[in-house]
Amino acid sequence: MIKKLMGCIRENKRNTILTPLFMVGEVGLECILPMITAKLINAISHGADMADILRYGAILVLMAIGSMSCGILAGWFAASASAGFARNLRHDLFAKVQSFSFANIDKFSTSSLVTRLTTDVTNVQNAFMMIIRIAVRSPLMLVFAVIMSVNMGGPIALVFLLVIPILAFGLIYIAKRAMPLFKAVFKKYDRLNNSVQENVKGMRVVKSFVREDYEQKKFGAASEDVRNDFTKAEKLLALNNPLMLLAMYICMILIPLFSAKVIISSAGLEMEVGDLSSLITYAMQILMSLMMLSMIFVMITLSGEAARRIVEVLDTEPGLKNPPQPVTEVPDGSIDFENVSFKYNPEAAAYALAEVNLHIKAGQTVGILGGTGSSKTTLIQLISRLYDTTEGVVRVGGVDVRDYDMEVLRNQVAVVLQKNVLFSGTIKENLRWGDPNASDEEMIRVCKLVQAHEFIMAHEEGYDRNIEQGGANVSGGQKQRICIARALLKKPKILILDDSTSAVDTRTDALIRKALREQIPDTTKLIIAQRVASVQDADLILVMDNGRVVAQGTHEELLASNEIYREVYTSQTKGGEDDA
Amino acid sequence: MPKPQMPKGERPKAPKGTMLRIIKLLMEDYKWPFLLAMLCMAVYSVGNISPSVFIKKISEIILNFTAGASWEEARPEVISVLVGMVALLVATIVFNYLYARLMAVITQGFLDKMRKRMFNKMQRLPIKYFDANGHGDIMSHYTNDIDTLRMLISQSLPRLIQSGIMLVGMLGIMLYYSVNLMAVVLVGVFGMTFAVKHIGGRSAANFIRQQRSLGQVEGFVEELMNGQKVVKVFCHEEASARDFDKVNDQLCEDATKATRFANILGPVMNNIGNMLYVLIAIAGCVFITLETPNISLSGLINGNLGAALELAVVISFLNIAKQFTGQVNGVAQQFNSIVMALAGADRIFRLMDESAEADEGYVTLVNAEERADGSLVEADRRTGVWAWRHPHKADGTVTYERLRGDVRMYNVDFSYVEGKKVLEDVTLWAKPGQKIAFVGATGAGKTTITNLINRFYDIEDGKIRYDGINITKIKKPDLRRSLGVVLQDVNLFTGTVMDNIRYGKLDATDEACIRAAKLANAHDFITRLPQGYDTMLTANGASLSQGQRQLLSIARAAVADPPVMILDEATSSIDTRTEALVQRGMDALMKGRTVFVIAHRLSTVRNADAILVLDHGRIIERGTHADLIAQKGTYYRLYTGAFELE
Repeated sequence: MIKKLMGCIRENKRNTILTPLFMVGEVGLECILPMITAKLINAISHGADMADILRYGAILVLMAIGSMSCGILAGWFAASASAGFARNLRHDLFAKVQSFSFANIDKFSTSSLVTRLTTDVTNVQNAFMMIIRIAVRSPLMLVFAVIMSVNMGGPIALVFLLVIPILAFGLIYIAKRAMPLFKAVFKKYDRLNNSVQENVKGMRVVKSFVREDYEQKKFGAASEDVRNDFTKAEKLLALNNPLMLLAMYICMILIPLFSAKVIISSAGLEMEVGDLSSLITYAMQILMSLMMLSMIFVMITLSGEAARRIVEVLDTEPGLKNPPQPVTEVPDGSIDFENVSFKYNPEAAAYALAEVNLHIKAGQTVGILGGTGSSKTTLIQLISRLYDTTEGVVRVGGVDVRDYDMEVLRNQVAVVLQKNVLFSGTIKENLRWGDPNASDEEMIRVCKLVQAHEFIMAHEEGYDRNIEQGGANVSGGQKQRICIARALLKKPKILILDDSTSAVDTRTDALIRKALREQIPDTTKLIIAQRVASVQDADLILVMDNGRVVAQGTHEELLASNEIYREVYTSQTKGGEDDA
Repeated sequence: MPKPQMPKGERPKAPKGTMLRIIKLLMEDYKWPFLLAMLCMAVYSVGNISPSVFIKKISEIILNFTAGASWEEARPEVISVLVGMVALLVATIVFNYLYARLMAVITQGFLDKMRKRMFNKMQRLPIKYFDANGHGDIMSHYTNDIDTLRMLISQSLPRLIQSGIMLVGMLGIMLYYSVNLMAVVLVGVFGMTFAVKHIGGRSAANFIRQQRSLGQVEGFVEELMNGQKVVKVFCHEEASARDFDKVNDQLCEDATKATRFANILGPVMNNIGNMLYVLIAIAGCVFITLETPNISLSGLINGNLGAALELAVVISFLNIAKQFTGQVNGVAQQFNSIVMALAGADRIFRLMDESAEADEGYVTLVNAEERADGSLVEADRRTGVWAWRHPHKADGTVTYERLRGDVRMYNVDFSYVEGKKVLEDVTLWAKPGQKIAFVGATGAGKTTITNLINRFYDIEDGKIRYDGINITKIKKPDLRRSLGVVLQDVNLFTGTVMDNIRYGKLDATDEACIRAAKLANAHDFITRLPQGYDTMLTANGASLSQGQRQLLSIARAAVADPPVMILDEATSSIDTRTEALVQRGMDALMKGRTVFVIAHRLSTVRNADAILVLDHGRIIERGTHADLIAQKGTYYRLYTGAFELE
């Protein structure tokens, strides 16, 4: 995991290495400072000889400037390194998701991917900066300060031998006990947020059923849950400070005691007053670094979860790969299914699609009909190799789809998805997804074909009109037509419409089908629809039920032979006939 | 514990007022515990400063005894100082622990109370609020804003108070020993404030910029992840990655700047402290050599004002100066989080200050029994007969009106935004048991009419009568209880399938819920779920198809068994074959009920008692299916497919 994350440092290597280097400088100077101040104090206590004081003063100021410069540079590089590291992480994550197959996308929910790319990365970024700054600084400080105090106080430094273990064990004990508590708190927090979100989203339901009081009770319980767990965790952490103070005060009592003895007994030969205050400064430095160490220990462990989730995405192998020597040309728009079976999950017992055999000639129009859950969408997704079959072969233009270069295949097999989206940007920009170099004339041509030109031009900005995120400012039927136009700009050999005109009125629907038939006769067209009217003039109609193609034929044939088809047909046309 | 964020880069408008309000609320909830905690803090803060006093004393002793005296002579004096120190320090530790425990309870308790205050207030807000505010924005009050408040209460505020106490205490000590040296310290502090203002100010500005870019990255990622399958079918992966790099690079740049200034503040402050140290040492020595008279409180008390500065004073000043700058540094580090917390608290208060949904209704819904003579009396148990209890203010009498489900609208006008009429002069009537269908383009006002019946919004002009009673006189909860609503966008709650059906009527038995599920044709698919009715649903029932979720929401309304039902595109995601089955269940459900139906597919409204065709907020046609077909108007054109239903 760590290796994987380290791989994202890349061009920030220089900054990542410079940070701890300057940190060493800062810490080193910071640790020598008290020694010089000791000299300064001693000089004062000797009767305040101006020359000495100015000399030590000058050294001190220089060192302070040096330490400050190192500190500023370390902070500077650390900021660049961590922000750059986070950028690479996000870049890699995003690129990885782009390489995902449909099966991969199904595995991660949208919101979990968003969290991974934002909050999780920020957490790891903070941990990273901690590691290159504080995790270097604190142990170094600890070591330097111990060395300096031994050097200065000699046996008095043995006090630290007493104090450091007490503090270290105490802090580790608290951190270890606190960690699971905090993890529990985070989970409860998630649950709390989730319940608020449900409430806000479902406010109309809450109010309709007059469930305000019920919701308050529910929320109150969740909120108290968080409160209890959090209080428990914080009460435990409340031991941290007293422990720290205890250690500090032990130093503050013992060091002056021993120092006083040494100084007075040796008449200031072995040690002087200045050394006493420096020893105390070192004591503080040592204890502070221990405190920081325990803090980053907790923080880094907590961010481990975020790191794990990031690496989970980075480690995901794209489900589909290009063959070594891909076919780069789709000869024609014929489609063949040979004994095709498919399931989304290899462990699933039932097939989503079973034993499908189909032969569609180039240029044919094929209608697909069937109830919810009859796997119509599953069937067409195999054609442009959005998923790989579990058994059997799908061929396009006589070639196994697995032998094609995926980009070539998908450019020739255009799918208009059922759950389609437009992206924020102008209509033009959205259309150019189909062909980045499409001319205005071409765009107008396809928009006319799908009966979209008129409503686009009805708006004063025309093709430059901005589409809001998710296409919120166009109606469902208009969105569907722009989506079809976008797919047509690819000039595909096969066009698949997955219930793509469900929000379009029947007349426009008919006009679109007519235009498709007349203007792109060579393109194979597959149309999934709810309305019999949308498919009844197709060359071939497939009736699907429960993952199987239960019947295929023309409208007349099916009307004569297929029960389901007849039922759907009569239920949809009955009203009209009554009045006719 | 989400990271504190500052959405939209807002700064608090009246920081002082916000702060005072937080403290006021805190006092309301935890007056004595909080004051006690502050007392503990004051005690241990004093304890925290005391070592410098003791060290000064010991330094004095050492200086006095170094010249030829022996340790044995000095020992009693040293020990007596240390014993005093031990006592004080033990007290400090105890009080520190007490303080931390108290604060844990206070902080979490206060946050819990704030969350509940906010949530309870939110439950009382009109639908308008939820329509006008993004759900993400509302959510962030519970996550980011509450979290910044946590930091404020548990860290920044105590830190500020503590630093205040300690700074004043140290000023006192400095005043006591030497005003001259104090002046030097203050010069250093001035330098530090200058640094905070410059670096801290830039840090805050960049921080806000960073939050903005982070929001952009989030927005971009969310949009693209939602459309990832579209990206795939268009082979648009590389182009999206390129676009992402743009926002990503911007965020990196802003984050670098923001962190830089935050990182720099520490070392700068620290070393200004170090330089101050030198400055004091030099100044002290200069004062001593020049024998400048030392002005001090101790001098004033002991009557030797203007005596020369002592060495021990200079030494202890060095320590005090270090602590003093440490405290200033600590306050500076809180700068960002205080600004953020106040902004967050401001947003929380804005939510709490929203005006709640008003309800002047006084007519309530009660269980009733019919007496032999046909009059109604109130019953205290479930009788199956409901009545409106209508107290008359004028003469103090109470009348009962049987709940029948007769809804009428007279000349209703309505607009969401002033001046943009959504409904104009709408008049309609639904007799008990009738099925009324609304047909019309998106934005024609179909859903708006139903929003007015259950008073999610109030009409501007006209009248709405429910069983002859003006609906503004009916208490809103009672009114809504008498109306069942099934919406196109289904909202399910985390819990079992059974829980979700029972949401319609909390005291419904399992049998009643199953009966409702059967009525809605949901029973079949539910029994096929892994744990049947006990299957847990999460994330708005993500494991179910849209059609199945709609069936569940129909079952939920069915179990409530209200006399009036509103079905707003309730079957839009169910395929035509299943829809026919559901339709049968619905017809059973609707028997004897007044039903308002909004449907996209005209086939589902064909058997309505009246079909109202809406266009731009007006009713343009009205009649049965046969009437309207015969009229050959808009409905006819819609029905024959010559018109688009958008």
